[in-house]
Amino acid sequence: MRSGAVRRIAALLLLAAGPVLVLGVLFVLPVTGMVAEGFVADGRFAPGAVLDVLARPRVHRVAWFTVWTSGVATLLSVVLGLPAAYALHRLALPGRAAVRAALLVPFVLPTVVVGVAFRQLLGEGGPLGSLGLDGTPVAIICGLVFFNVAVVVRTVGVAWESLDPRPGQAAAALGASPWQVLRTVTLPALRPAIVGAASIVFLFCATAFGIVLTLGGVRHATVETEIYLLTTTVFDLRAAAALSVLQIVVVVGLLALAARLRAVPDPTAHRTVTPVRAVRRPDAPVVLATLAVLAAMLVPILTLVLGSLRVGGEWGLGNYRALSGTGDNQALLAPVTSALATSLRTAVDATWMALLVGVLVATIVTRRSHSLAERRVRSTLDGFFMLPLGVSAVTLGFGFLITLDQPPLDLRDSPLLVPMAQALVALPLVVRTLTPVLGGIDDRQRQAAASLGASPWRTLLTVDLPVTWKPMLAASGFAFAASLGEFGATSFLARDDSPTLPVVIFRLLGHPGAMNYGMALAASVVLAVATAVVMLAVERLRVPGVGAF
Amino acid sequence: MHQSSVRAALTTGVAALALAGCSLTGGDPSEPTTSASDGAGGTTGGTVVLATHESFTLPKKLVRQFEQESGYTLEVRAAGDAGTLATKLSLTADNPIADAAFGIDNTFASRPLGEGAFAELSPSTAPPEEYALADGGDRLVPIDSASVCVNVDTAWFEAEGLEPPQTLDDLTDPAYAGLLVTPGASTSSPGMAFFLATVAEHGDDWPDYWTDLLANDAKVVDGWEDAYYGDFTAGSENGTRPIVVSYDSSPAFTVTDGRTTTAALLDTCFRQVEYAGVLAGADNPDGAEALIDWMLSDEVQSALPESMYVFPVMPGATVPDDWAEFAPQPTDPYEVTPDEIAANREQWLTEWTDVVSR
Repeated sequence: MRSGAVRRIAALLLLAAGPVLVLGVLFVLPVTGMVAEGFVADGRFAPGAVLDVLARPRVHRVAWFTVWTSGVATLLSVVLGLPAAYALHRLALPGRAAVRAALLVPFVLPTVVVGVAFRQLLGEGGPLGSLGLDGTPVAIICGLVFFNVAVVVRTVGVAWESLDPRPGQAAAALGASPWQVLRTVTLPALRPAIVGAASIVFLFCATAFGIVLTLGGVRHATVETEIYLLTTTVFDLRAAAALSVLQIVVVVGLLALAARLRAVPDPTAHRTVTPVRAVRRPDAPVVLATLAVLAAMLVPILTLVLGSLRVGGEWGLGNYRALSGTGDNQALLAPVTSALATSLRTAVDATWMALLVGVLVATIVTRRSHSLAERRVRSTLDGFFMLPLGVSAVTLGFGFLITLDQPPLDLRDSPLLVPMAQALVALPLVVRTLTPVLGGIDDRQRQAAASLGASPWRTLLTVDLPVTWKPMLAASGFAFAASLGEFGATSFLARDDSPTLPVVIFRLLGHPGAMNYGMALAASVVLAVATAVVMLAVERLRVPGVGAF
Repeated sequence: MHQSSVRAALTTGVAALALAGCSLTGGDPSEPTTSASDGAGGTTGGTVVLATHESFTLPKKLVRQFEQESGYTLEVRAAGDAGTLATKLSLTADNPIADAAFGIDNTFASRPLGEGAFAELSPSTAPPEEYALADGGDRLVPIDSASVCVNVDTAWFEAEGLEPPQTLDDLTDPAYAGLLVTPGASTSSPGMAFFLATVAEHGDDWPDYWTDLLANDAKVVDGWEDAYYGDFTAGSENGTRPIVVSYDSSPAFTVTDGRTTTAALLDTCFRQVEYAGVLAGADNPDGAEALIDWMLSDEVQSALPESMYVFPVMPGATVPDDWAEFAPQPTDPYEVTPDEIAANREQWLTEWTDVVSR
């Protein structure tokens, strides 16, 4: 018995070795290297000085601000996202595929552009200027929610879609009110997905960079903006290391908490592909709430679209026409068409990398554990692969330069570094989308298939694939969108001769010129439309037969 | 049912892999051009790698010309802002990421110089003495300059019948209350330059000046683009502030019907000079020197304004007509030495952040 458990853990670790090695080289090594720079002073290891930094009142202020704004933004994203997740994944709303694709649009918009769009609304001269929100924490939270509602809708929606409706129906038949069904049957079954989505959103918020700077002005600093400032502007690597360590400790604590909350008494609740049902009168509140969320998301996007159609104080398509060339004064590094092609290509690479590792990780962490030790190993691995979301991109980026600089790991000039960095960001999205579904597959189904003579490969295809097919599509769409919009790592690593679209947009915004601003908006609209189209195409991919399973 | 699902799944999987494979191998359009010119050059051979910031760009025609004449293949690695570049070079001083670097300005010069990132060099053409660094002039060569100046929307002031301000001290005049927007010193390079101008003007009393500035309802935003495209009346339809911190060249970009609607206040400027140098321990130091000589040539110098929105340093270079007519350069900008900046930056920024967040 005992040796069996050890053998199982050994097999588990062997299976996990690949993904762990990847993350070890691309994440742990660079971050450790960069943090170590701060701990070493004059060639000696001096942790005391780093710890002194943590006593600074400013560090306390910054840390607290990060935690409370991210917490509030996460809560709001979940509250606003849940009705939309239900309406868009369980109800036969007209045009729901298009809406689901459109919801991912904020996810890819460059933060600078969204920031400027928000400020057009909230700024002194904007239509909502009288609210006086410009530069306040409220504006920051609005921006964070705008970017992250899609995470909740998608992660929870996918789990909701494959949730067996029969326990709920049974409860209703026994006289439970819809509210009671939701509270006692549906939400508990969705808890792993909701907690998973919330932890992703929190990590995204806590490491948000551009949106905090643009909407918060210089008055509000978060841990992430402070690390950037300390590393690049002030060159105080000691203080930056202190903040990075603080960030990692908090993130690890949070992930441990999330793992506890995600654990449900019976994870093997039935998973099926449930057909959507027609909208009925009692669905009105949910549908209305969804429409309200959509409308609120639409306003900044509409501001953007309208702005892109303004040329010299008049309406016109001039900004779009200008995108085909390199613009006046070579404002564009490359025509938008070629930048878009670069973006799409990079995103394809990042997506398959994230999917490859993500499916493996999700499979590893969701297989049933036979001992406590085994469960611990699985849950530690689960948390480990979430870490990249919670750690500063600045620390990671500089870490790449100083640790991956010697053969055989001389990766810093490799063209694959950008997709690899993007895959690192997309990986947790893939894992979190797949685990609730994979975790819900009853292992007895696999055993039954095996005892009927199915090979492991056949078992995978007949038991796992039909249920995970759609979540897998959703996850890859998600990874693709995350990669398309990724700016932090990309701008740090991108090579000049093949910039991605967000990098081109950022450059357009960085210079004066009659049309630069309009062209930046137009390029953002192009990016948004391209994303929506790709998402729609992905959603339409169907495997004949599986849908009827 | 299962058979068909298996087949479809496999087909899709293979298609996805094919797509990805195609992207990994043949995807990068930049690769062929580099390798093509590799073969074309050939005389001295080798690649010269330039590390620079994201604003770097030069006309492709000039780059091709350089590669043909010198025999080197130029590989540009442009990423991040000037501060990021300075940190990158400082951290990799013992194992350089390139052969040459461009884009270190006078506010960041002392950091990589102090870490020993640059080797000595002697360009074949000497740039004017006025741009040279007092400390490190033997390792960093000036390439371009751009002054950060307060800009005013002259059309707005005309319409309001108000005299525009002239000096830094005018900005605290109640007549101009609520009219100024500036990017922050902690988050923006022009923001830092404007801050340094106020330090040069007021010395240790700068916190008082900034207190007055904020009491006069000056607005501090994150980046230049927020200030110019978000709040400046001449940069945004929704803008409400006719005074902005921008560049001396900015008025050349607001020309309509033969006149510009904005002006740079030339008594409020801080000059940023960008330098290039050969990295210590470079694989190709000769190529790096050739590259820097090329950047000082009249062709490249004359291309700088249109490519990077900066003024050339070499007297033989020409600037575009709009620039010559509408964007005069300051004759006597404020100065703070790189060493003084390096020694005080952290304390200044901490204090400045305290003042603006009060």
